[in-house]
Formats: sequence, C-alpha cells, structure tokens
Amino acid sequence: MTDATHTLDAGKAEAAAGTAALTGGTATGEVTLGLAHFKEANEQVRKALASADAVVVRDANAQRYLGCALPAGKSLDILGTPGNDLGCYLDGGAIVVHGNGQDQVGNTMNDGAIVVHGRIGDAAGYAMRGGTILVRGDCGWRAGIHMKEYAGKRPAIVIGGDAGAFLGEYMAGGVIVVGGTPGDYVGTGMHGGVIYLRHPLSAESIMDGLIQELVGDEDIPQLAALLAAYDEAFASEGPPLGGDPGSWYCLRAASARPYGGLYAH
Amino acid sequence: MDATTNCVLPRYRVVRDEAACTGCAQCVRSCANGVHRLRKDPDRIVINSRACVNCQRCVVFCPELALTIRPWPQVGTGSSTWTAEAMADIAKQAQTGAVLLSSMGTPAPYPIYWDHLLLNASQVTNPSIDPLREPMETRVFLGSRPEILKINERERRVVEPLPPQLKLDVPIMFSAMSFGSISLNAQKALALAATELGTFFNVGEGGMHCDLEPFADHAFAQVASGRFGVDAHYLNTAAAIEIKIGQGAKPGIGGHLPGEKINSEVSRTRMIPEGSDAISPAPHHDIYSIEDLRQLIFSIKEATGYRKPVAVKIAAVHNAAAIASGMARTGADIIVVDGFRGGTGAAPKRIRDAVGIPVELALAAIDQRLRDEGIRSMVSLVASGSIRNSADVVRAIALGADACSIGSAALIAMGCHQCRDCSSGRCNWGIATQRAALTARLRPEEAAERVVNLVRAWTAEIQEMMGGMGINAVDSLRGNRLMLRGVGLNEKELDILGVKYAGE
Amino acid sequence: MTRRNIPREGEVRIPSGCAIAGIMDRSGARHDGGDILRSIALMHDRSNGLGGGFAAYGIYPDYADLYAFHIMYESREARAAAEAYLEHFYLCEKQERIPTEEHPAIKNPPDIWRYFMAPHPMRLAASGLDEAEYTMQHVFHINGKIEGAFVASSGKDMGVFKGVGYPEDIGAFYRIGDYRAWAWTAHGRFPTNTPGWWGGAHPFTLLNWSVVHNGEISSYDANRRYVEQFGYDCELQTDTEVITYLFDLLARRHGLSQQMAAHIMAAPSWREIDAMEPDRAAFETALRTVYASALVNGPFSIIVGSEEGLLALNDRLKLRALMVAEKGPMVYLASEQAAIQVVCPDAENVRSIEGGVPFVVQRDDVAAAKAGEAAENRAVRDWPLEHEVGVLPRKRREA
Repeated sequence: MTDATHTLDAGKAEAAAGTAALTGGTATGEVTLGLAHFKEANEQVRKALASADAVVVRDANAQRYLGCALPAGKSLDILGTPGNDLGCYLDGGAIVVHGNGQDQVGNTMNDGAIVVHGRIGDAAGYAMRGGTILVRGDCGWRAGIHMKEYAGKRPAIVIGGDAGAFLGEYMAGGVIVVGGTPGDYVGTGMHGGVIYLRHPLSAESIMDGLIQELVGDEDIPQLAALLAAYDEAFASEGPPLGGDPGSWYCLRAASARPYGGLYAH
Repeated sequence: MDATTNCVLPRYRVVRDEAACTGCAQCVRSCANGVHRLRKDPDRIVINSRACVNCQRCVVFCPELALTIRPWPQVGTGSSTWTAEAMADIAKQAQTGAVLLSSMGTPAPYPIYWDHLLLNASQVTNPSIDPLREPMETRVFLGSRPEILKINERERRVVEPLPPQLKLDVPIMFSAMSFGSISLNAQKALALAATELGTFFNVGEGGMHCDLEPFADHAFAQVASGRFGVDAHYLNTAAAIEIKIGQGAKPGIGGHLPGEKINSEVSRTRMIPEGSDAISPAPHHDIYSIEDLRQLIFSIKEATGYRKPVAVKIAAVHNAAAIASGMARTGADIIVVDGFRGGTGAAPKRIRDAVGIPVELALAAIDQRLRDEGIRSMVSLVASGSIRNSADVVRAIALGADACSIGSAALIAMGCHQCRDCSSGRCNWGIATQRAALTARLRPEEAAERVVNLVRAWTAEIQEMMGGMGINAVDSLRGNRLMLRGVGLNEKELDILGVKYAGE
Repeated sequence: MTRRNIPREGEVRIPSGCAIAGIMDRSGARHDGGDILRSIALMHDRSNGLGGGFAAYGIYPDYADLYAFHIMYESREARAAAEAYLEHFYLCEKQERIPTEEHPAIKNPPDIWRYFMAPHPMRLAASGLDEAEYTMQHVFHINGKIEGAFVASSGKDMGVFKGVGYPEDIGAFYRIGDYRAWAWTAHGRFPTNTPGWWGGAHPFTLLNWSVVHNGEISSYDANRRYVEQFGYDCELQTDTEVITYLFDLLARRHGLSQQMAAHIMAAPSWREIDAMEPDRAAFETALRTVYASALVNGPFSIIVGSEEGLLALNDRLKLRALMVAEKGPMVYLASEQAAIQVVCPDAENVRSIEGGVPFVVQRDDVAAAKAGEAAENRAVRDWPLEHEVGVLPRKRREA
C-alpha cells in the first residue's frame, strides 16, 4: 500500500515541477500582484484560474493564502515572496514558488504538491494529511507538525537543507525527509509516520518513545522515490540530495499510543 | 500492600429490593460496567457495587423499581481537609502514577452566579405582555455587522450587503460535541433537533460524518488545533465555522481521544488511522498571537468565499474581556465564551476543577469591554458552559449574550444522568460511547424529540419571562442589565456583573 | 428645607406617565404659545404637577444661525463656572436672563439664562469635530461636570421652557404666549417620585432635537448601553433622553431620515417581515439585524421636534394613545383627541397614530429640499469637516 501511494505523491511533485506554467503550458494565465491586499490578490488569482488551468503569479509580496484549496488540475507558478498560509487546504493543485516561502506553507493541506525553490518559514505542512511539499533549502521550526495519514493518503515533506526544532512534533503519520541537520526535539510526541534523516541524531537528542535506526529494505522505495522527486525538481540548482538511500536513518515512534498510561479514570 | 493494591473505596452501593425483584435481568442487560451479573445455580443476580458509576440506567429501566443507588456508606474521617474524595484521588495516583481524568462539568461547589441574579417584571408603570396571545419574538441573527448600515431609502434596499448571518429561531444552540466524544447517534439527534428548531448544532473538532451532511445547513464545523477532518469540503459544507481556541472545562490544554475510541467510522470522519490516539495540541500551532488568529480566520474565509460566518470559541479565563476585544478586531464574526462549569468528554480533573472562571463574570466583562470600545454591536456574542434552564438563558442574554449554547442540558434531555464517566467509553445511555451495542440504545429520532421538547419548553418559558418584563423581542433583552438584580453578591461581583442589588 | 436626599433624575431611574401635545404650521408661519398651552392644559389629569414644559421652533429668527443655549442655574457659582466654560469654547453674541413671571404655583425656580453663541473657530478646528459634535460634547460636559448647571436646550432658533409644576403654570411662568414659533410641543409629567428638579422636566433636548414622551420603555437599558458605546452619556437615566440620543445617532450621525430612524426604533415584527417579498424582507432583516439594539420596546408615544418639523411615533403594540388631526397647513398632535379639538374645533382627518408607523410632518420648504436629495444615507463621519474660518460665521459677518 505504502509504495503505491508514495509513487503517486512523488509523481505529483514531479508533475508540478515539470508542467509548471513557466515552462509553457497550453492555457496559461498571468497575474501581477505587486502590493495588492490578499483579498484582492486571491480574487485576481481565482479569476485567472477560472479561464486557465495554469497561472503565473508575478511580483508576489506577502499576499497570504495563495493557492488556498486549489483543486487538482490547477497550478500556480509564483514569483516573488508569497505570504503565509501558502496553499492552505490545498486540494490536489500544484504550486511552484520561484523564491522563498514564509510561514505555514501547506497548512492543513489535503492533496497536491508545493515546490519551493528556496527556503520556507515555520510550521510548514501543519496538520497536512496528503500531498507533497518539496523545499530546496532550509525550513523553520515545527515543520510537519501534526502531520497525519489516513486511508490511501500519506503526506510527505522533503527539506533539502536544515530544519528548525520540533520537526514532526505530534506527528501521527506521513513522511518527512531532511537532507541537512534538524534542530532539537525532533519528533517529540510522534505517534505515527516516519522521519528520514541523512545525518543521524546523537543518542541524547532522540526523544523518549522514539527509535532511530538505519533505514530498512521496506523504507528504501519510498525514500528513493521522494529523493528522486526532489532531485528532479531542483536538478539545475545544486547537487542531488540523493546519494545512497540505504545510508539514511529513520526515526519512528515505538508506540502508536505513547500516552496510553498517562491517565487514570 | 504493594503498589498495585487498590485502596480506593467504591463510590456507590447498589441496593436491590429482593422482595420486589422478579429476576427479569433487565438490569443485567442495562449495565455495560458489569455491576449486575446473572449467576446460575441457584438463579440470582449478584451486584458488584465497585463497578457502579451511578449512571442510573438500571434504576430507570427496572420495571419493578427494585433498584436504588446510594453513596457508599463508609463513614468519613471527619476531616474537612481529607475528605473521602481527596483521599481517593491520592490513592489512585499512588497506585498508577497517572494524571486523573474526569468528565462533564466540574462538580466542585464554586459559586453559581446565575442563582444570584433575579429577574424583573412589570407592575403598573408599564404593562407586562401575554406571550400566548401577543407576539413574542425569540429570533436572533449571529454574525458581524457594520456600525452603520448603508441603505437606499427610496428603493428600500441595502447598498452594502451584510456579512453572512445565521438565523436562529430560538436563542439556544447546541455546543460543540465531537464524533468520538459522543456517538454518531447522539450527534444525529442534535442535528435533527437543530433542524427542527431552526437553530444550530456543532460537530465539534472531529470532522463531519457523511450522515450529518443532510443537516449541514444547521451545522457549525469546528476547526481545532488537531484539524481533524478539516478540508475545503468540510468548511464549505457547514453553515458556519467555529475556531476552537479553548473549552471551558479544560482551558489551555489540548485534547486526547484515546485510540480505543477511534473505530472505523470515527477514523473516517477524523481522517486519521483507526486505533491511533487523536491528539489535539494545546495551542493551534499557527496561532501564537492575536494577529495569527486573524490569519486563520481569513484562511477559512478565503476557503469559503466569505460566505460563512466564522466564530471563535475561547474558554472563560482571567483576561477574557481583553482577549475577546482582540478577537472582535481580528475579523471573528461570533465570539463564543465557554465557562469553567461546562462539560467535556474527558479532561484532567485538576484542570477541570481549577482552571478558568465562571461564564457569568466572563460574559459580563466581555460585553462591557466591547461596549467600552464601541464595538459590541458589530460582533455577536454567545455564552455557554452551565446553562441549566430557561432562566439562565434569560440571565445570559440580559448580561449581554446574543445567544446561548447548551451541551450538558441537551445530553441530559437524551438520557445522560451526569455520572461523569464519559471518558471510560461505557456510557449506558449510548451517548458518550462508540460501542455499537451501546450506541444502538440511543435512537436519533427519539432522542431528538426529547431535545426538541426541552428547547420548546424553554422557549415558552423565555417568552413568559420576557413578557413579564414588558419586552416582546429578544433584541430588547440583550444587554438589558436593569432587568437583573443581584442577591448575595458583594460590591465587586455586582460591579463586574454590572447589576444593581435587589431593592436598589 | 432641602429635599436633596431624594435622588434626582440621573441618580435613579424614575418612571413617569404623561400627557403630550404638538402643534405645527407646515408653511413655516409662526404662532404664539396660546394654543399649545390650552391643549396641554386640558390634559391636566395626566400629569401630577411634578413637571411640565414646552419646546418651540422658530422663536429666535434674529439669531437663527447661532446656538441658543437655555441654561438653568441653582447657584451663582454654577453660573460663574458655566459661563467661564462657555466663554472658553464659544463666542457669545448675546446673553440674558430668560424673562419669567412670578406664579403662585411655581416654587423655587432656578436662575434661567439664555446665550446666543457660535463655536470658537480655532477651538472648533482644533477639536477635529464638526460643529454639532463639538456642541454636544460641551453640553455633556456642563450637564455632567458642572454642579448646579443644566443645559435645558442647545439648538438653533429653538428653545425649551420647562420646570416643576403643571404645564399650564410653567407656560405662564415662562410667558410662552410672548413667543412665536412654527412648531410647538408640550409635556405634562406624572413621575412616580421626583425631588422636583427642574432639569428633570421635559421636553428633553439635544442640539435641535426635542422629545416629549409618554410611557415607560422596557428596553431602556438595552438602548442605553447601545448609545453609550458611541459617546452618548445617559446622565438622566430617562427614556426621553435615550430616545433623543437614538434619533441623534441614527438620523444625524448615520444620516438616515427621521422616518427611517423611527422605523428602526419601532421595527416591523418578524411575522410581518416573513410575509414580505424577498427583497423587501432582506432589507428589513438587515435593518433589524444591524440596529437590533435600537429597537424600542414597551409602551411609548413620542413627539420629536427638529428643524425639519415634527415626528410622532407609537410603540409597535400601540400601548399608548396619540391622536393627530389637520386643518390647512396646521397639524395637531395630542395624547387625547379633545386636546386637539379644544384649540381647533373644526380639525379634519382626526385619527390615531398607528402602532409602529412613524407619522412625519415636515415644513414645506424642508420637504421640497429633501425631495431633491440622494436616497442613500451618508454618515456624518464620511463628510469632510467644513469649519467656518473667522471670528463669526459668515452670515453674521455679512449682516
């Protein structure tokens, strides 16, 4: 089950990178935001999306909620700096940011793909339950917080650079991949899903209830698929993240019920 | 005695009148806690009082009235400090090393300010109104409003349309109760009742089961820190969205629905794996400040095309008035304040019994603060947490609420007997449980009828009380504190409640 | 012997029953106070001698562009303090004692003065307020902060004459027969208890508004707490006061017509709204939703005077009586029909004011001007401030 799902999600990310409007789609719209307020900006974007599946958004300046609940089949290419909550409730659409993202990228994202050719801020992928976020550079604190998986959906975040502290806090499902170094408190409260790390945590950095080990054979297909998606998305921008997937480490919760004994009736 | 020795005495003693008992075993079938068990040879029913939680299901359903539940007859130590309950709590924690879990509203004897507020009635100088024969309006709209309405008087039309509004035919809604904390049948009963009454229920933070979608026009969808079941479809299906910052029973902490309650239906609705714990973080991790709340409110508005009012619910805490003022300025259309006597499916006992403040004081302080800042009329205010009867609703509205939400009262109407054992998942009334055999006991249509009866009766009483005051629209009761007088209150309490003393 | 231990209006809420009356000439022609005096006097039994008063519009044509303040003083110190205060914020064209006549039934009248003034131009400009708001703030200050001084009226080309006594005696005391006005209203008060404070008598006024009211509203505190949000200090705790402020808020500040303001205060029932066609229902629903707290509930009948004319309104359950009749350009209003016929025996079209339906009578020139105005309301706060510059308003300089 996991393999198939992963191929699917990674495939979407590739699709997002490959069919981006900038590379020349068939029906392409274009909007320039400048200093427009987010309400007006999102109206413009929605209007453009009504007549084109792919829209290029130029000169974004902190406008929030770009790509809010964007459905499958629609894509945005964003130049400039999109505001917080980029791709919130994303519902199958694809977003590419040619620059940096701010906080809460992919908040409560349901499906689809977000590719950021730069770095992103805090709380990326908060409560995300499907789709993929690929970030070429670093991310802020609390990436993948409360990620969850459900039925056929399994969300994934790939961070090429370093991650801030509390990576994958409360994580209940899904996959986080970090090519650089994560901050402290990785996976605290984690009770599902997996975090793949290129550089292992020192023993004292591993939070209670978590187990770190070299990836097993069952991990390699999904890790390799995500690394390939990353490498393809950012092929021209630096060395591949990949390397040998077998040399990566994984971090998992020892129990799906870490707080089972916490309460007495 | 080792660490596992159970020093906790039973709380109740179940007494069977052997002369009246016919041995029909209805009690055996009633009790999921295993209090009543059938023994063969000779045929008799034995009682395990230790397992009794005082849900009173067996008492109500015994056809011979042969059962009573009494307090465990052990004499106390005589100490007011080391009461039986205080000692039992310590014994439990010594045995388990665990945080004490509790359910429903706090039973602790804190002051109930509702009972210190008396209502006015007209005599001579203006007439009372007879609600049975003259119009008496209980309709209320919830949503944000402009301070000044722009209209075209000649064409009799509004120039700038209002933000979205919810129409309530009665100023009473049902509080947020999630699928998981209560059964789907209980949620359906509230959905049916809300639809019938022309008011709203609230699916709570556990998503919206597909069976409830036909009632979505009368539903609040809740967005809590765990974001369970939250996607664009969920937000757009409901009539309104409520961001849950806090809950009166457990301010400042998250939620924790244990894995054993996450069956396949709950899993599907919450969009999380079966059997895993559903943990709601203490804060929303995208709200660390008031401006972040604005960000979440507007992300919901963007996702719903600005067609749905967004409510924000906070627990009544010390600084509630200032917080509410900030909320009004963030774009919240409805402010919900939930008092510390409000119910819960599960909360750490110390939190439930020690954190937060009474909703009466919080409500009065919030209403006054919003007025001091000239913004009360631009936002709606809903009070909840320990509304017990129609007079409490009238008092709340007179203190300044637009409407009230009821949770415990609605559950009691369905059969809940306030045993406060919800967290065990063995609710014999089929309410706070996910066990199929127990939830089947609660038939949504029948439970809904009881809830509808309750709210209709309250509405009739509210109309009587309003009529007595000479008021024929709930609009004229809202914030009308001259209709209240305090008894047994000190100066400070009168000052915060903004009421005069009886006789003044 | 002082009775100050009995709380005054403002220190306690005092319910009152009343008689009210109004007379207006649509053409703008002015008539002396004889008719209004006879009309209110006929309803003697509806008041108890603890309050009576009159409002008159058009009485100061020579000073029509100046604020005419009628102020009651209980002491010399109060007058000194109030005059010092006014001198700071206004330029006074004329000040004088209001002429009165001793009357056996009128006991212990205060010292009553009137002032014709223009706002001090520089202080007005510095205040950032328009002229009306500026004046309103200073009226609130004097009434709330200067002990023993009370502004009985503060409009232009209008004034209020009121006090403790039966209205016919108050009228004689003030010699209202000497004034000529195009609109008159009158009030005879039946308070349940009062220390006999002149400031507590009616009509209540603010700027050009005057209100006479009969009844006791049950929505008082809901209305009070609504208007207090916007800077209206309900110092007197009376229904009349809060109703005046509602009119000022809705009609002056929000730019609605007086009729619409009255419609909001006695809104149609939801039952009526539900029966309307959808667009009209949506309009009425929006009004009731935004102005829910401006709904006035319980028994009331009111006559509101302003520079536009008179407006009469009964509560929507019609719990109080108010009659209207006409004769040529004249319009007569009174709590009882006979109080109209005593001054106009051949009055036509005699009928009662329906519950919740505002009755508006505008001066002909006002009605003509209004017909040409935009139908959309424009709030005062959206108007640019247009302060007069100079020592006196332009018209007076030219005169």
